[in-house]
Amino acid sequence: MASSDVARQPDKGVRPLSLAGHVGFDSLPDQLVNKSIYQGFCFNILCIGETGIGKSTLMDTLFNTNFENFESSHFEPQVKLRAQTYDLQESNVRLRLTVVNTVGFGDQMNKQESYQPVVDYIDRQFESYLQEELKIKRSLHNYHDSRVHACLYFISPSGHSLKSLDLVTMKKLDSKVNIIPVIAKADTISKSELHKFKIKIMSELVSNGVQIYQFPLDDETVAKVNTTMNGHLPFAVVGSTEEVCVGNKMVKARQYPWGVVQVENENHCDFVKLREMLICVNMEDLREQTHTRHYELYRRCKLEEMGFKDTDPECKPVSLQQTYEAKRQEFLVELQRREDEMRQMFVQRVKEKEAELKEAERELQSRFEQLKRLHADEKATLEEKKRLLDEDQSSFSKRRAAAQLLQAQSLTANGKKDKDRKNSGFM
Amino acid sequence: MTASSRYRSRVPRPEDAEEKEYVGFATLPNQVHRKSVKKGFDFTLMVAGESGLGKSTLVNSLFLTDLHKDRKLLNAEERINQTVEITKHTVDIEEKGVKLKLTIVDTPGFGDAVNNTECWRPITGYIDQQFEQYFRDESGLNRKNIQDNRVHCCLYFIPPFGHGLRPVDIEFMKALQDKVNVVPLIAKADCLTPLEIKKLKERLREEIDKYGIKIYQFPDCDSDEDEEFKRQDKELKESTPFAVIGSNTVVEARGQRVRGRLYPWGIVEVENPSHCDFVKLRTMLIRTHMHDLKDITSDCHYENYRAQCIQTMTSKMNADKRVESPIPILPLSTPDVETEKLIKMKDDELRRMQQMLQKMQQQMHEQDL
Repeated sequence: MASSDVARQPDKGVRPLSLAGHVGFDSLPDQLVNKSIYQGFCFNILCIGETGIGKSTLMDTLFNTNFENFESSHFEPQVKLRAQTYDLQESNVRLRLTVVNTVGFGDQMNKQESYQPVVDYIDRQFESYLQEELKIKRSLHNYHDSRVHACLYFISPSGHSLKSLDLVTMKKLDSKVNIIPVIAKADTISKSELHKFKIKIMSELVSNGVQIYQFPLDDETVAKVNTTMNGHLPFAVVGSTEEVCVGNKMVKARQYPWGVVQVENENHCDFVKLREMLICVNMEDLREQTHTRHYELYRRCKLEEMGFKDTDPECKPVSLQQTYEAKRQEFLVELQRREDEMRQMFVQRVKEKEAELKEAERELQSRFEQLKRLHADEKATLEEKKRLLDEDQSSFSKRRAAAQLLQAQSLTANGKKDKDRKNSGFM
Repeated sequence: MTASSRYRSRVPRPEDAEEKEYVGFATLPNQVHRKSVKKGFDFTLMVAGESGLGKSTLVNSLFLTDLHKDRKLLNAEERINQTVEITKHTVDIEEKGVKLKLTIVDTPGFGDAVNNTECWRPITGYIDQQFEQYFRDESGLNRKNIQDNRVHCCLYFIPPFGHGLRPVDIEFMKALQDKVNVVPLIAKADCLTPLEIKKLKERLREEIDKYGIKIYQFPDCDSDEDEEFKRQDKELKESTPFAVIGSNTVVEARGQRVRGRLYPWGIVEVENPSHCDFVKLRTMLIRTHMHDLKDITSDCHYENYRAQCIQTMTSKMNADKRVESPIPILPLSTPDVETEKLIKMKDDELRRMQQMLQKMQQQMHEQDL
């Protein structure tokens, strides 16, 4: 009775009425259920743990199927994530399950950056959802939600405490995803050791401020079982897909020379508790928490980074549109300024270039003049030389002509003398 | 006595042998036994591996004592940047008059920090330190009471949760393989079914071969041992690396009180050979091969260290004559300039002759062809 009073606070101006008969809107939840069955459900689990710790086997055991995972090697240089999506069906309910496993986690010598790929993956899924949400033409009801709803963190059963890598990684992830720590390969820890181990782990998580997922206590139908289960965290699980004959049934178990560990025996391990809590009771709550808490936190951080605020400096509420307009104006102003700046720069550059070119032209011109003068000078000199040469030549030819004439004269004179002698000889 | 009678009396006759004329050195083993019991033995065992793998529990189970009474285990946040420490516990235990001074060297913090690059350096440093200490003692003037603190065996714990060796395992074993006898073990083997153990052992053996890691090899037994012993030895060799379980508690199983672990689904007995290889490990480590481990440490690993040490020291001294040697070295290794030249000359000559020899051999070979 008390819880139903708390459920809805009466608004001012709205008075509760009592009905005179049966109206029928109590079928609303059923309509919702029918619709969601029709649509199908979607769930994403992220498994983080060292290589070989039993992540794939546990998933196979939880969902009673074979997800066909292969063994990874210990020598991966970096942590990677491998996501696989499956379509499962149970009675008339369809589930689209995505299992993301870490590959190579905890194998490197230097594990300081091991958490980064995981954080990046989770952020990427949030980002793509945010993008879809902010689109103009969006189809959220059709959108395949890939955000991680639950993170199973596999703790190595050392029996003492958490490893330093576990602490560092969980601290980075606790605000991004619902962390459910589980103790893997729990058939190596005896009951008394397990009790001490669980207490130590929880106290370490608390003292370091790591917020793991707490099963919700607000719904009275499941509050009681959830409170009990909260006290059993972290669950110590054993996974097995092999069946062993116990009594006269075949059960999932691991056969040792000293006994048989039955996976579904609550005395042996907490597997049944995990299955109930994770799948049967709180799956929807996990999805809701992811959406309302982790995703909203991411969205807020992202939008604040982009500059959007809910209240302006005078503490008056500002709507997204106003902020957007303001941002747009700012952007346009900035754009204009940049354009002007560029233009100015361009003009200046052009001027400079022009001046340079002019200068170059002038220089060329002067050089040309200089060369021309030089050329003219040379030509004059040459002309002078030629004239002298011509004079020489003409004077020489005159002298030659004179000499020839003289020679010819002398010849004819000699010839006459000879003729005279010849003539005189006859006489 | 005439010569013939003397000769006759020397022929060993079974009925006479015990009464007279036997030399008697067959009692030497007894004398050695007596002396060694009087002197006592010492053994240094190092355990290495990540925390939480059951190293201390195993040591307690092996030597049936509680060596780590008030251990302080660090929290996860303290271990983020932890460096590897070396801690030593020495105890004196006695059994049937034989005294053993056992030293357990623990390596808390190995592999626990977030960044484990070169986390084995403190460990190799410690081993080298012990070797150096022994080297100095051995070369000292008064050698009466040398303490042998050298590490005789290193048990390396491999976690059973993975698929085989991890990078940190390979690097550690490779760093230590030439300094100490490394014996890899599969820790907390009660989380593996027999089939899984077999697969993991095969995988580990394969990977140890593949990466060329030199772990401690059992010496082959002599051919004149009896069949039973040979069979046991073969079995022992085939089940390495040993898959072990340790326990600090005694439980009631099958009407007896044994060391074991109590689970809701059954009781794991530490000393049951079908449950784990603890008995084989104990036999190997304590009952049969303890002395062999000590011998290999002093004949092999220590000698390597010593030779290396001397080499570096002499080369340093040649380079820099002012270096004082902390230990006395024979004059042969401090040559002066002339003898050095002579040595060099002789070296060259030798090399030349070797080359000529090779050439001649080649020629002969060609001729044959």
